[in-house]
Amino acid sequence: MRAASSWLHRHTTARLLALLSLPVLWVVVAYLGALGAMLVAAFWTTNDFTGAVEHRLTLSNFRTLVEQPVYRRVALRSLGVAALVTAVDTLIALPMAYYMAKVASPRARRLLVVAILTPLWASYLVKAYAWRVMLANGGVVDWLLQPFGTHGPGFGLIATIITLSYLWLPFMVLPLFAGLERIPDALLEASADQGARAARTFRSIVLPLLFPALVAGSIFTFSLSLGDYITVKIVGGTSQLVSNVIYDNITTGGNLPFAAAAAFFPILVMVGYLVGVRRTGALEEL
Amino acid sequence: MPTAVARRVLAAVMGLGLIVVYLPLAVVLVNSFNSSRTFAWPPSQLTTHWWSQAWQSTGARSALRTSVEAGLGATAIALVLGTMAAFAVARYRWFGRESVSFLLLLPIALPGIVTGIALNNAFRVAGARFGLLTIIIGHSTFCVVLVYNNALARLRRLGGTLEEASMDLGAGVWQTFRYVTFPLLRSALFAGGLLAFALSFDEIIVTTFTSAPGVQTLPLWIFGNLFRPNQAPVVNVVAAALIVLSVLPVWLAQRLSGEPVGARH
Repeated sequence: MRAASSWLHRHTTARLLALLSLPVLWVVVAYLGALGAMLVAAFWTTNDFTGAVEHRLTLSNFRTLVEQPVYRRVALRSLGVAALVTAVDTLIALPMAYYMAKVASPRARRLLVVAILTPLWASYLVKAYAWRVMLANGGVVDWLLQPFGTHGPGFGLIATIITLSYLWLPFMVLPLFAGLERIPDALLEASADQGARAARTFRSIVLPLLFPALVAGSIFTFSLSLGDYITVKIVGGTSQLVSNVIYDNITTGGNLPFAAAAAFFPILVMVGYLVGVRRTGALEEL
Repeated sequence: MPTAVARRVLAAVMGLGLIVVYLPLAVVLVNSFNSSRTFAWPPSQLTTHWWSQAWQSTGARSALRTSVEAGLGATAIALVLGTMAAFAVARYRWFGRESVSFLLLLPIALPGIVTGIALNNAFRVAGARFGLLTIIIGHSTFCVVLVYNNALARLRRLGGTLEEASMDLGAGVWQTFRYVTFPLLRSALFAGGLLAFALSFDEIIVTTFTSAPGVQTLPLWIFGNLFRPNQAPVVNVVAAALIVLSVLPVWLAQRLSGEPVGARH
């Protein structure tokens, strides 16, 4: 033990290798290896009769995905839902984060951060389930809207957007709050002293400085929405998103190559998104 | 400072936002006492019957145990690997250092279903037996980054001077870690471990693809019983219990570190 210790002390590289070996092995073997194998499987196909995987490289899965209108619709719908959820969360989170960072007293600010953080610990599934209860026929939303002579949207795409926005809201509030907290009050006061109104200050000072935080939040809301199939199953009625296509092909279809090919879509979208926003400095905000 | 009107509008949105955040959770809590089997709203009568029935549900109980075991296993792996990787990145300069963060972030950045089917495929090819162990391996892939991030931030803030001083005074590598670095790192590791456990406890997508038919975590059990009307009251109680329990880690983190876990600084 003592000898090993002094040997390690003298050999920095050995120390580094000892530290790195396990984590790197883990990530490379367990994760990247699995990911790579899956991506390769996307170019295989299954036998129409036996359902067995045929190890022959082909683009047929991708051709089906591109050519069949139903998959194009699912892809567009998924992008639309992810974009709408991101927009809804931004609109709600911005004033909340602004209040927390710039209006509330330090004591209230601490409490509000806790109030926003606590639901993050509540189970994802439980929260989605809570909205199933809320939006059920004759549920709380119907009951609340009854006096106004109307009723809730019921299960479907709108319910999916509401539930996803609800689930990912804290992921937008927290980066925005951190970003706003970093903007010095003096900067806003200087802008006001120079004669800028609140809207102008917001547009010309706050928004440019806040942009990386906004993008960081949108990475969460967008990526999480794009990968979701559970919420869709719970409140989405019969509507399908891209992850449902992947899921169904694995579980009931038993068609891994096709599911893997379909998984290229969210992967490519997210990698494109990450590369596209790299310049904004948003990745350091994560 | 915003104008008085703007401040009032912002306060109103804040209040409304908080109501929307907590209302659905409150409804689940109230419904767990709702005597109506179909959760007619508003509840006409309250009962504790469902809670005692849920307590006796063997399915929910064994699922809870599996969840705790999987969470502890994944957290243990994440603590070891995350700390090691954080040391390698914070204390040494080497080629490829910049890409470690990105690599470790991948399992969490990519949709869960991608990780899920990739692991499912890999386990099948490797001939592994699906069960608790495969769940733990699956969960640990996305848990490592949580410990890593917390440990890395702490190591960077501490700098290396204390460790150098310890070594200069004759302490070996282990002694320095045991008596100098680890005590300073402990609260960061606790925060990271807590996050890792919570994430594992909550995970359902990767779990779906790495578990065996007989092995159910709590989220899998809830999801499996969600669409069965006769199980609805018990599912609702389990959901309510999980909501109540979610206060625990926040409270714990506040007590032990004085700052909310997960908040950015």
